[in-house]
Amino acid sequence: MNKREFLKDAILFFPAAATLQALAPAAEGKAEPAKTPADYDATKHWYGMGIDVDKCIGCNRCVEACKAENDVPDEPFFFRTWIERYQIHENGETRVECISTRAALPEQAPPEDPTVVRTFFVPKLCNQCAHPPCVQVCPVGATFQTQDGVVLVDEKRCIGCRYCIQACPYGARYLNPRTKTADKCTFCYHRVTEGLLPACVEVCPTEARIFGDLKGKADRLVRFHRVNQISVLKPDLNTEPKVLYAQLDGEVR
Amino acid sequence: MSGAIPDSLNEQLSHQLSQVVGFIYPNEVETQWAILIVVYPYLTGIVAGAFILASLVKVFNVVEVQPIYRLALLTALSFMLVAGMPLQLHLGHPERAYEIFFTPQPTSAMAMFGFVYLWYLLGILLIEIWFEYRHQLVLMAQQSRGLLRGIYGALSLYSKDVSPEALAFDHKASKLITIVGIPSAFLLHGYVGFIFGSVKANPWWGSVLMPIVFLMSAIVSGIAMVMFLYILLSLVRNEKLDMRCLDKIGLFLLVAIIVDFTLEALDYIHRLYQSEESIGILTQLVSSKLFLSLVVVQLLLGMLLPLLILVLVRSVRFNEELRKLLYFTTSLLILVGIFSMRWNVVIGGQLYSKSLRGLMAYKMEITGIESLLTALALLALPFIILTVLFRLLPPRWMESHAPAAAN
Amino acid sequence: MKLPEQVTRLGIVIAAIVAVVLLLRLVILPETLFSARPHQAAAVEREMAKPLRHAGVAVCRECHAEQFELKYGGKHRNIGCENCHGPAASHAADENAAKPPLPREREACLACHGYDSSRPNGFPQVDPLEHRPRKKCVSCHDPHDPVPPKVPTECTGCHGRIERTKAMSTHALLPCASCHAVDERHMTEPRLALPTKPDSREVCGRCHVPGATDPAASKVTVDLTAHGGTYVCWECHYAHLPEGRK
Repeated sequence: MNKREFLKDAILFFPAAATLQALAPAAEGKAEPAKTPADYDATKHWYGMGIDVDKCIGCNRCVEACKAENDVPDEPFFFRTWIERYQIHENGETRVECISTRAALPEQAPPEDPTVVRTFFVPKLCNQCAHPPCVQVCPVGATFQTQDGVVLVDEKRCIGCRYCIQACPYGARYLNPRTKTADKCTFCYHRVTEGLLPACVEVCPTEARIFGDLKGKADRLVRFHRVNQISVLKPDLNTEPKVLYAQLDGEVR
Repeated sequence: MSGAIPDSLNEQLSHQLSQVVGFIYPNEVETQWAILIVVYPYLTGIVAGAFILASLVKVFNVVEVQPIYRLALLTALSFMLVAGMPLQLHLGHPERAYEIFFTPQPTSAMAMFGFVYLWYLLGILLIEIWFEYRHQLVLMAQQSRGLLRGIYGALSLYSKDVSPEALAFDHKASKLITIVGIPSAFLLHGYVGFIFGSVKANPWWGSVLMPIVFLMSAIVSGIAMVMFLYILLSLVRNEKLDMRCLDKIGLFLLVAIIVDFTLEALDYIHRLYQSEESIGILTQLVSSKLFLSLVVVQLLLGMLLPLLILVLVRSVRFNEELRKLLYFTTSLLILVGIFSMRWNVVIGGQLYSKSLRGLMAYKMEITGIESLLTALALLALPFIILTVLFRLLPPRWMESHAPAAAN
Repeated sequence: MKLPEQVTRLGIVIAAIVAVVLLLRLVILPETLFSARPHQAAAVEREMAKPLRHAGVAVCRECHAEQFELKYGGKHRNIGCENCHGPAASHAADENAAKPPLPREREACLACHGYDSSRPNGFPQVDPLEHRPRKKCVSCHDPHDPVPPKVPTECTGCHGRIERTKAMSTHALLPCASCHAVDERHMTEPRLALPTKPDSREVCGRCHVPGATDPAASKVTVDLTAHGGTYVCWECHYAHLPEGRK
C-alpha cells in the first residue's frame, strides 16, 4: 500500500471508526461490536463447544462443511477443524492419523488389527481458550477475544507475522494463502450470532458436537458440562479451553 | 475469495507433507518461520556482540582493544541497518508493518521490538558514533571540497568546536552513552531470545534460559565477526596486525564461548534430567533432523573446536602467523556455528509437532522472497554497507591527517 | 557548566525528531489509528456480516415439511438435511438458483455406515464388499427413514462380523442364544431391547468345569472357585474367539 492509498483509506475510515468508538462502551480489553443486529447482545453469551468422543464416527462431514461455510482452501494443509483417528496397541504404542487430509474414502474397510486394544476418532478445532496465548502474542492486536468469548482475527489489520500460529498449542491456526493473514475457527461467528449452529455442528450426524452458551440457563452445553466427566486438551498450559471433551482418552494431545 | 493457492506453495507443502514422520497436526505442514527468521537473530546478535566488544574500550578501559573500537562500532551499525529487513520481508503484509508502532499490544513479546530496535539504533549507536567521529568530521569538512564538504559538514551538524574542552566532552559523552548502551544491547538481543523463550506451546523454545543463551551466543558471534573483519582488513590492505589487540579479543572470545557453552550445556542437561513429556520427541529430533546442524556444526565445529583452538593458542607459544591463521579459522567456525545455532532454534522448533508425535520437514526455496537467495543477499548487505561506511568514515583517518589530535 | 556547542546542535536535531513524532502522534494522525479497539469492533461486524452457506434444518423444514416429518420419526431424526444434501443457503434464498444434490451413490451412505473399527460400538455399519456390493443403498433403504427392508431373522443379518469371527473359533457350533437371551423386540428396536450377556461364571461353567455333563463339554476346564476371582469370564476371555486373546 503506498502512502496515497493509505491516506485515502484512512480518511474514509476515520469517520466510521470515530462513530464506532463513540458508541463503544468502555470494556476491559474486549472488543465491543457497536453496531450489531438490534437483538444481539454479546455480553449475554459465553460460547463453547462440547465434544462427545464416544459419538464421533469419523465421517469427516464437519470438515467438509467447515471448508464450504468459511471459504477455507481445499488443499489438505489448511483446516479450521479436523478429525484424528487414534489406535492404541497392546504394547502401549499409540498411532495417530489425521483422516481429514485423505483425498478420498478408502474403498474397503481398513483391515482389522488384532493388536489394537482401543480405537476412536477425536474431532479437533480451535479451543476458543478463555486465556488465549495467540491473543497474548499478537503484536498489533489484530487477533482478539470478543465479549462472547470467541477469538477472531481482523484480516484487515493482521500483518502476517505468524507469531500467533507459533503460540497456539493446538495447531488450530494457519496462514490463509489467499489473504496472507492468520486464519482460524470462528465458531461460525456469522451463524451463531444469528442463532444458528456452527456448520460443523449443523451437519454432525451423531451429535458428537454440542454447541452452546455457557452463560445460558437451560443450555445443552451446560447440561453436557454437568452430566459428563469433562477434559480439555493440554490443561497444563493453562489456556482454559472452552471446547470441552467428554470420554476423552488420556492419549489424546 | 475462492481460487487455488499458488502452485509453488502447493508444491512445497505437498513435498513437506510427504516427508512427515509420525503424526502432526494438519496445519503444521507449513513452516511458518523460515530462513529469513534464522537470519534475523543472527544479524541482531552480531550487532549486540560487536557493540559490547566496543564498550570494553570505553567503559572498562581495555586499551589493547582500542584499535578495533571504530571497526566494532561501524560493524554494529552496518548489521543493525539490515537487522530489521528479514522481519519486514517475511511479513504476510509488509505494508502494514507500521501498525506495530501505532497499536502495539502490550502483552505481546514482539510488539516492543520495533521500539527497542529504534532506541538502540537512534538513541545509542548513531549518537555514540557521532560523538566518536565528530572531531574527524569537522576536520574532514574543512579539508575536502565540493559535495563531500557538504556531506561531512551536514554529518558534523556544522559544529566547528575542536577545542580540548569540547573534545574532552565528546569523549565523556561517548563513555556515558556506552554505559547506557550495554544494557540496551543486552535488552536488544535478550529480547529476541524472549520472543522464542516465552512461547509455552513450544517446549523446544519455551525456556527461561533462552534470552540469556541468545545473549551469550550474540556476544560470541559479535566478537568473532569483528575479529574476522580485523584480520580480513589487514590482509586486504596488507597492514600489520596489532597482535596484542588480537590476543586480547581472543581472550574475550574464549571467555564468552565458555559462558555460552556452560549455559547451553545447562539447558540440555536440565531438559534431559527433567525428562518432561516432550523429551522423547526432542531426542528424536536432535538425533535425526538436527544431528548434522546441531551436534556436528553447532556443537563440535562451532563451539568445541574453537574452544580447543583458543585454549591451545593461550597455552602453547605459536608464532604470529600461525596464531593469525588460527584466530581467522576460529572466527569463521564460530560464525558458521552461531548461524547453525539460530537455525536449530528457529527451524528446529518447527520440525516437530506440538502433538509431540511426529516430525515435519522444511524444504528451503531457492528463489522468491522467503528463500536462500534473499537470505544470502541479506547476509551480504552488511558487508557492502560496511565498505561504504569505511569509505565515508575511515577509522584510521585521524592518524594520517591529524596526527597531533589523534587520541 | 556551559553546554558545549555540539550538544546544542545535537539537541536541536533530537528535539526536531521528537517534535515531528509528537506532531504526527498528537495532531496530524487521528486518534483512532492508535487504538485497536475500534478496528476490532469493525472486524466483529465484518465477521457477523459474512454470508451463510448452510441454511440450517429449520429453514429446510419450511418448504420440505413432509421429508422433515418422515426423517424426524426415524433413525436419522437428528441428522441435518445439509449433511447429505450439501450447503443449501443459496437454494433457500432462491429455490431455482441452486438445486442441492440428491446423493444416490453408495459412497454417500458408506461415509458413515461403512465398517471402520474406530467407530463406536453399536453404530450400524456394513462391510461394503460383503453387503450387497454394487447395489445402491437407496434401492432398499429410504434415507429419510432408514430401516432394513425386512426384519432380520438371523443374528448374522446385523452381526455378520461377529458371526464370521465365531465361525473360525472353537465356539463355531454354539448358537448365539446359548449365551445371549434375545428379546423379540430386539429385531425391530435393537437399541431399546439389548440382548443379555452372561452375568455369572456358571454359563461358561456348563462346559468348562471338570466333569461337566453337557454334551458339548470342553477339554479345556478350569476350577471356577480358584480361577479368576470374582470376574465374569467374558471380562477377560473374548467368547467369540477364545483362542485369539490372551
